[in-house]
Amino acid sequence: MSRELFKFKGGIHPPGHKAESTGRPIHPAPLPKKLVIPLRQHIGNPARPIVDVGERVLKGQLIAAADGAISTAVHASSSGIVSAIGPARVPHISGLPDECITIETDGRDEWIAHGPLDYQAMTRADLLAHLRDMGLAGLGGAVFPSAVKLDPGAAQTCPTLIINGGECEPWITCDDMLMRTQADAILQGVAIMRHLLGSSEILIGIEDNKPEAIAAMQAATAKTDFAVETVSLPTRYPGGGAKQMIETLTGKQVPSGKLSTDIGIQVFNVGTAYALARAVHHGEPLISRLVTVTGHVLRAQNVEALIGTPFDTLIQLAGDRDGTTGVLMGGPMMGLPIPDTSVPVVKATNCILVESAELFPPPPKALPCIRCTRCADACPAELQPQELFRFAKSDDFGRAQEYHLFDCIECGCCSYVCPSHIPLVDFYRYAKSEIWARERDKRAADLARERHEFRLFRQEREKTEKAEKLAAKAQAKRAELAAAPTEAGNSGTSEADAKKALIAAALARAQAKKTETTPQNTDNLSPDTQQEIAEIETRRAKIRALARKPLESEETP
Amino acid sequence: MPSPFIIDRSSVTQIMAWVLAALLPGITAYVWLFGPGILVTLTLASVTALAAEAAMLKARGYPAKPFLADLSAIVTAWLLALSLPSLAPWWLIITGTLFAIVVAKHLYGGLGQNIFNPAMVGYAVLIVSFPVQMTQWAGPLELTLVEPGAVQLSLAQSAAVIFGGDLPKATLDAITMATPLDVLRTGLYQQLTVDETMTQAIFGHYGGVGFEWLAAAFLLGGLLLWALRIISWQVPLAFLAGIWLTAGFLHFFDAGRFGAPWFHLFSPSVMLCAFFIATDPVSGATTPRGKLIFGLGAGFLTIVIRTWGGFPDGVAFAILLMNLCVPLIDQYTQPRVYGEAIVKRDDGTRKEPRT
Repeated sequence: MSRELFKFKGGIHPPGHKAESTGRPIHPAPLPKKLVIPLRQHIGNPARPIVDVGERVLKGQLIAAADGAISTAVHASSSGIVSAIGPARVPHISGLPDECITIETDGRDEWIAHGPLDYQAMTRADLLAHLRDMGLAGLGGAVFPSAVKLDPGAAQTCPTLIINGGECEPWITCDDMLMRTQADAILQGVAIMRHLLGSSEILIGIEDNKPEAIAAMQAATAKTDFAVETVSLPTRYPGGGAKQMIETLTGKQVPSGKLSTDIGIQVFNVGTAYALARAVHHGEPLISRLVTVTGHVLRAQNVEALIGTPFDTLIQLAGDRDGTTGVLMGGPMMGLPIPDTSVPVVKATNCILVESAELFPPPPKALPCIRCTRCADACPAELQPQELFRFAKSDDFGRAQEYHLFDCIECGCCSYVCPSHIPLVDFYRYAKSEIWARERDKRAADLARERHEFRLFRQEREKTEKAEKLAAKAQAKRAELAAAPTEAGNSGTSEADAKKALIAAALARAQAKKTETTPQNTDNLSPDTQQEIAEIETRRAKIRALARKPLESEETP
Repeated sequence: MPSPFIIDRSSVTQIMAWVLAALLPGITAYVWLFGPGILVTLTLASVTALAAEAAMLKARGYPAKPFLADLSAIVTAWLLALSLPSLAPWWLIITGTLFAIVVAKHLYGGLGQNIFNPAMVGYAVLIVSFPVQMTQWAGPLELTLVEPGAVQLSLAQSAAVIFGGDLPKATLDAITMATPLDVLRTGLYQQLTVDETMTQAIFGHYGGVGFEWLAAAFLLGGLLLWALRIISWQVPLAFLAGIWLTAGFLHFFDAGRFGAPWFHLFSPSVMLCAFFIATDPVSGATTPRGKLIFGLGAGFLTIVIRTWGGFPDGVAFAILLMNLCVPLIDQYTQPRVYGEAIVKRDDGTRKEPRT
């Protein structure tokens, strides 16, 4: 390869387990009786349902529209009747139900009218709006709405476009199989991306453990009418992470807290490019995707599955086996445990990995950290995981943030290499969630404080208002009193007289009040008590005199 | 159980086992050059360390099995034993080992929590408390066997000496010898120059006769640990550089009063320290730059203590002093994280292309 490559720091070489699922051709998954289509399959606002229960929908029909700037649409994956709109189990880390549209399929798989689009004749805004309505989202795992990423915004152009075929997670092969079989279609999608972003340099990065995919993409790129370079990258997890791929290909790092577009680079997954081509050239919204079903199954393979298909259906297709200990969505490094396998395939489902005790033995008991810094050597974010662990463990979240906790991408490299088998990533997730919770509490407290301060302000304001009212009343009274001397014809001294009169009145009131006050216990004493007091006073005087004596004697020797 | 769901096969036990394995070339050379006494010392220290570890774990309410199996106590025991005179009395070995395991390790919180290197704490306690017994070094056989009436002690005889068997004073004098460092120190006290002192029989090509080969054997084991990536290159290299630069600087200005840098480098204690003691991850610095500072500092202090200090060797005190500085070093040498502070540059380029 002629292109000079750069090396991102850290990374690991876990066993690939790719061959298990690349031996069989892509298999279309059967049409399930019921499709459960979540409204929140992407980052951003959930889609807004636009169909009603009981309505018949066609395959590819828009059933929930994008809501807000960062959102995307959701479509019916097959024809049938909407049987429910409401919470259902979804593959999410929380394990909580989320809003879904359930469709009872009619088995006819009847398409809505659709056709190709002459995208070059359209304005950029129209094309982006159209793509948003096609439900496109990043299929590499982050499921960020693609239309947003395809809008270069104020910059008008994004010089470098990277197509990510890294697929660095062990076991997953859906991108590999897609590149092997759909290289031309992927490049059609790339052409549309290039059109929208105005990119001059287009790179397709593929890890070198996928030689067939590299060959297929190279053959396809030879036929394109624009310059695209397929680059073979050294296989090293997480080399398929967007930031790592950018660094490998360009030597640049995305500045902390910024986006890759800030340094003129946009990254899309190969699956997204393919989905884009289907959307534009065939008018097909994103209603299906390739899913690798592998691990502890009889026939590990890639299946073309409709969004909404239950995991169970796909696992049965691949042949479920005894001794299954769990199911993951995604790979073993960053995948999500799925306790309930009735959940539907969503846009983010790249892999269904069935676990067994042999393939995924439980980790040994954790020992104390010996500060060997293998985690620091493996960390692609170039953090000091051993220090973050120490801070997270001791709830020192301030220090954890100082040591860049939020730059952690949770790739799992540190946990993988730890000789003490400490589940490090768990500690970082814990620390992050604690910090978020505290920030929420702090916001709530700030709100409460603001309310309290406003209450104080209001009380103060009411006080001033009252005082002003009283002052006005007093003014009125003065005016009233002043009116009498004016009648006597002495207008020059009327103001002073009025004041004098007011003071005199106030003094009289005070005097009256004083006389009203209850007598003190030194007043009105009986003669006996007075005598007693006098005796006490005499004694005290005597003691005072005695006490002073020695001093006097010292002074006058 | 959240992600990741796979882990590497490495373990603390495996790391410790490799450290022990890497000490074997040194131990073999030791037996070959100085006689089998060291085997008795190693065994006694190991048994004491395991017993102390087990007792402390029980006292602290920890499960004994996983922590005994991590082999860290054995590593401490071996490092201490290799630092002690090979014919040191049994109670000295036991006292040092107990201090290392009970006080320096467990009273500070056990595995991973000790601020100071346990073996070096044990050594420091002994050298301060029992300086005389700490000189009972077996001389290199190459020299002791040529003396009149010389005997080579068998394993059993070595054990007898260590356990207080009454060996004739003459025999004991014949088999024990001052170390090259002691000889040099004594020579300098007697107003001899380094060159004059170095004419004595105990000095070999670079270090002492026998001692230099022992140093080479420790170096070999150390290189194995580096090849296996169990230790990083920073600490050994910086430590050796610290020794070489400091000793070289002094030697350059007054070769008559300061030993040559090669002489200091090729002492067994320096090589053992560079690859096995200064590299202790628990009590050492963790950042790449911090490791360099830690190593350089320890090397510098070793020569300073050897030259002007009151003890025959400075390695243990140098390490303990640098252990003290670790939190400070780590805090001020935190490396730049991904994407941090590169906004300063226009194009974002940071690294050199891979060749």
